[in-house]
Amino acid sequence: MNTLMNEELQDFIQKYDLYGCVQCGRCTGGCPVTVRTNLNVRRFVYNSLDQSMLEDLAKLPEIWDCTACNTCAVRCPKGLKPVEVLMGLRNILVVDQGVVQPTVRDALESVFLEGNPWSKPRKTRSDWMEGLEVRIAEPGEKVENLIFVCCTVAYDPRVQILAKNLVKLLNKAGVDYGFVGDDEACCASEVHHLGEEDLFMEMVEGNTELLNEFNAERIVTISPHCFSTFKNQYPSLKPKVIHYTQLIAELLEAQKLSFDREFSGKIVFHDPCFLGKQNGVFDEPRAILKQIPGVEVVEFERKRERSLCCEGGGGKMWVETESKKERLAETRARDAGELGADILAVACPFCVLTLDDAIKAKGLEEQLRVAEILEIIGDLVE
Amino acid sequence: MNNKPKIGVYVCHCGVNIARTVDVEAVREFASRLPNVKVVRNYAYMCSDPGQLLIRDDVEKEGLNRIVVASCSPRMHENTFRKTLAAAGLNPYYLEMANIREQCSWVHEDREEATAKAKKLVYAAVAKARLLEPLYEKEVEVEPASLVIGGGIAGIQAALDIANAGFKVYLVEKTPSVGGRMSQLDKTFPTLDCSACILTPKMVDVANHPNIELLAYSQVEDISGYVGNFDVKVRKKARYVDVDKCTGCGICAEECRLKGRIPSEFDMGMGKRSAIYLPFPQAVPAKYTIDPERCLYLTRGKCGKSPKCADACTAGAINFEQQDEIVEFKVGTVIVATGFDTFDPTRKPEYGYADYDNVLTGLELERLVSASGPTGGNIVLGEGENAFVPKDIAFIKCVGSRDKSVGNEYCSRVCCMYTAKLAHLVEEKIPGANVRIYYMDVRAFGKGFEEFYDRVRREGIRYIRGNPSEIFKRGDKLVIKVEDTLAATPLEDEVDMVVLAVGLEPRKDAREIIDILRLSQSADRFYLEAHPKLAPVDTATDGVFLAGCAQGPKDIPDTVAQAKGAASSALVLLSSGKVKIQAQISFINENTCRGCGYCVEICPYGAIELVTISRMGNPVQVGRVNEALCKGCGACAAACFSGSAQQKSFMDRQILPQIAVLGVMR
Ligand SMILES: Cc1cc2nc3c(=O)[nH]c(=O)nc-3n(C[C@H](O)[C@H](O)[C@H](O)COP(=O)(O)OP(=O)(O)OC[C@H]3O[C@@H](n4cnc5c(N)ncnc54)[C@H](O)[C@@H]3O)c2cc1C
Ligand code: SF4
Ligand code: SF4
Repeated sequence: MNTLMNEELQDFIQKYDLYGCVQCGRCTGGCPVTVRTNLNVRRFVYNSLDQSMLEDLAKLPEIWDCTACNTCAVRCPKGLKPVEVLMGLRNILVVDQGVVQPTVRDALESVFLEGNPWSKPRKTRSDWMEGLEVRIAEPGEKVENLIFVCCTVAYDPRVQILAKNLVKLLNKAGVDYGFVGDDEACCASEVHHLGEEDLFMEMVEGNTELLNEFNAERIVTISPHCFSTFKNQYPSLKPKVIHYTQLIAELLEAQKLSFDREFSGKIVFHDPCFLGKQNGVFDEPRAILKQIPGVEVVEFERKRERSLCCEGGGGKMWVETESKKERLAETRARDAGELGADILAVACPFCVLTLDDAIKAKGLEEQLRVAEILEIIGDLVE
Repeated sequence: MNNKPKIGVYVCHCGVNIARTVDVEAVREFASRLPNVKVVRNYAYMCSDPGQLLIRDDVEKEGLNRIVVASCSPRMHENTFRKTLAAAGLNPYYLEMANIREQCSWVHEDREEATAKAKKLVYAAVAKARLLEPLYEKEVEVEPASLVIGGGIAGIQAALDIANAGFKVYLVEKTPSVGGRMSQLDKTFPTLDCSACILTPKMVDVANHPNIELLAYSQVEDISGYVGNFDVKVRKKARYVDVDKCTGCGICAEECRLKGRIPSEFDMGMGKRSAIYLPFPQAVPAKYTIDPERCLYLTRGKCGKSPKCADACTAGAINFEQQDEIVEFKVGTVIVATGFDTFDPTRKPEYGYADYDNVLTGLELERLVSASGPTGGNIVLGEGENAFVPKDIAFIKCVGSRDKSVGNEYCSRVCCMYTAKLAHLVEEKIPGANVRIYYMDVRAFGKGFEEFYDRVRREGIRYIRGNPSEIFKRGDKLVIKVEDTLAATPLEDEVDMVVLAVGLEPRKDAREIIDILRLSQSADRFYLEAHPKLAPVDTATDGVFLAGCAQGPKDIPDTVAQAKGAASSALVLLSSGKVKIQAQISFINENTCRGCGYCVEICPYGAIELVTISRMGNPVQVGRVNEALCKGCGACAAACFSGSAQQKSFMDRQILPQIAVLGVMR
């Protein structure tokens, strides 16, 4: 049954500039998941031109294999965003056809009701702060750095340490900062990637209003996903948005922060797609790591613009890819192992979760651990 | 002449183009009642011979002294009717046109309204025609010499053509030798002629031609003046070698303490040269040059006990005291043939060019396959013990072309063909090599191109349709991440060598010439021609022409054709010896000018300068228009605060009554 209006279909072509595609294949050529799934994003761009096929395309399982790493969009020579075509198809499936997997439904409902996708109560969002000396920003009052925590960091015990360590570093460096606090709600990056465009727009509106009320010079995010979403998908957000690695690199550079302990080991840094590829932040995380006394920083073969996605984004926390082939995160862990690294460093809570699992799956726990930069440096400061 | 206006108005039907929508008879009737109008006629085609004859007869019989033609756009037929007036013995600038076609009949449907508007336009034209003044075109002499900037194949060809026609040419080349990019190529598509073999004779001709003064290792510093009369200032950089003494023997380079230590620009950094060098064996002029940024003596004031080159030179040509020299001369025309740069692939970091030695550009491979190149024409990668001959070789096309992500939307026009050529040469030099070409389209549009492409494929070169996305290394192999789009199969293709078919870009120093000549750039940032079809070698500045890749990417056949076009355009001016300059230009009333200089800034042609005059014994600054440079665009007149800048035929007192009519009449 055709649930879409003809106009909507026409808009689909316009919205994603489908006629602009020259079928060069750079999108699919660069897509990291092609080594383990059937996803061929170029063919979705091509086939979407046939309006009568859209609804069937939306039902193909591989549209859920996309990790939203954005490689396809970065590489496209004609300025298309093939990844968004997949998100558009997810939207058709989820919103227009109402076909939603239970895990996805729970996540979306939780964002709608509790402001986070983890089915946790809104009122416990700031529980991680207990016992810490945390400054909360007041609407209207001037603050240089408004800190946005991220749902995953706020609730997931594995990564709450990121927020705690950031507080420690900020206090130590005497930074003018304030956390958003209890009213903080999901940036909705994953809502967009799960295809619920209406809810996404609603969240954008609400968050824009909330964040603009603070008199902040800039917003500092812990997760690159919030960073990228605020930066690229919140057109009316007033303050500038930066990632915490940019702030820390700045503090080290200005000598407002320094490391008291050393770490004598090998660290390899994995570029999170939402930080590096999508927003060009490559140097700051490396600058931070290189200042650790005693450290040896090594590089992956596939680094910076050529970094390999860990498959943590694009809603993949809630949708499993059916494939027997090695996960990309496992490839990454294996490569880090071969480099002889002691720490596989990341700057993203999702990367922590996917790579943690990968190291276990590969049985590398003995020689290698995953650590977020905030975890690493939090320990090196008194 | 009795100057009381006697106006003739001629309303054209333009077949049915005007008459279908505008009631031309009503317009005629209306015009006959306007002040100063003596004769009104309408006619099917005013531009035809009989139409023009009507005007001539009326001037003679009725003593008309102003003509209004209500017809098409003045862009179409203003010149036609000006000639009619001249033939009738009237000053051609006593013509005013009312555009009742493009601005009326073609854009309206309602006949009544269109007719009313046509009347209004005719009335306005009549209002202005009463106030027209006669204008006279001036002629200036053309200096019988030409400046050619850039000594690539474009500049060489243009210089030779002009010189062969008997005119003096100054050929200015920035580097120590002429030849440009073509001198770096091994063979040339589609015929596979050896590049040096066809180019070198022309380079030698340039050096020996009695009419050509070759200023190599030189730079244009300033050009002023206007068509026919450009004053040029050129800086001849010090070579620290007396060219009259240097025999080109090369002993100096052999002896240089830095021999084999400096990356050779000609060999794309893969070969090494000395601090005193000849860029390549066939260089013209065959004179050595000391690299002032590398030479030990010039940078540190000391080279061992004494500079070895000077010790070795038996001709005594080395001169460390040499200074830059400024040369000044006058020319009538200028040809800009400054060429291109290749795209810098580090701007596409996904291809790993900066990280991997075995990822090369097409131009680098040209040097590797060239017998005069750093490896003597053997395709060998790596050095010493690690040297090896690659077997699996992939080309990637469209690197830096047709690519919004690096801001180059255009097609570079040569990469498809040079890729085919290089693939053929690789296959020839490495028996058993597996060569594949990754592409998104193959553009083989030129003469003999498609045939060449067919030939190369049949030699066993695989064309795989897909534009690669990424290159990384796995063990010793380079891995190309790409989709074979025809098979809809993502691949990780493992190869030994990748060649990036880098596109052509405007030179990084393109601004220098823009600033000197006030050239414009098109959206692709190459120099802009006056009209893409009908004036492809002209620029907005009269007497300045474009040739070769400076105007846009092109192959050698097109470059040479365009160079010949530019030369012939220059020769039209040089051989006629005179050039007419615009009559409807601006002038500045020096009595009222306040000298603010706003017009000087706004003039796109640099035609106005501030001069000091005496006003009641006091020195004051006023703007003054250079009549030869002014194109009559009127920007100054629009900008002037005091109304001192006025444009002839469009003076305030002429156009305000015209505008008033349009404004008040229903
Ligand atoms: C890898 C590669 C392979 C190619 N193979 C072929 C082929 O096989 N067949 C073919 O037909 N075409 C080929 N081409 C295209 C060919 O190189 C060009 O068509 C040709 O070189 C254009 O000549 P040009 O004189 O316009 O520019 P250029 O060759 O760039 O010459 C410009 C000259 O101007 C000089 N110059 C620049 N600025 C100034 C200044 N301000 N003052 C003074 N001098 C200045 C430069 O030093 C240079 O000498 C190839 C191109 C590339 C990149
Ligand atoms: S990279 Fe862009 S132009 Fe090329 S096939 Fe994909 S969407 Fe089309
Ligand atoms: S966003 Fe990444 S995973 Fe998704 S289609 Fe594009 S390249 Fe593939």
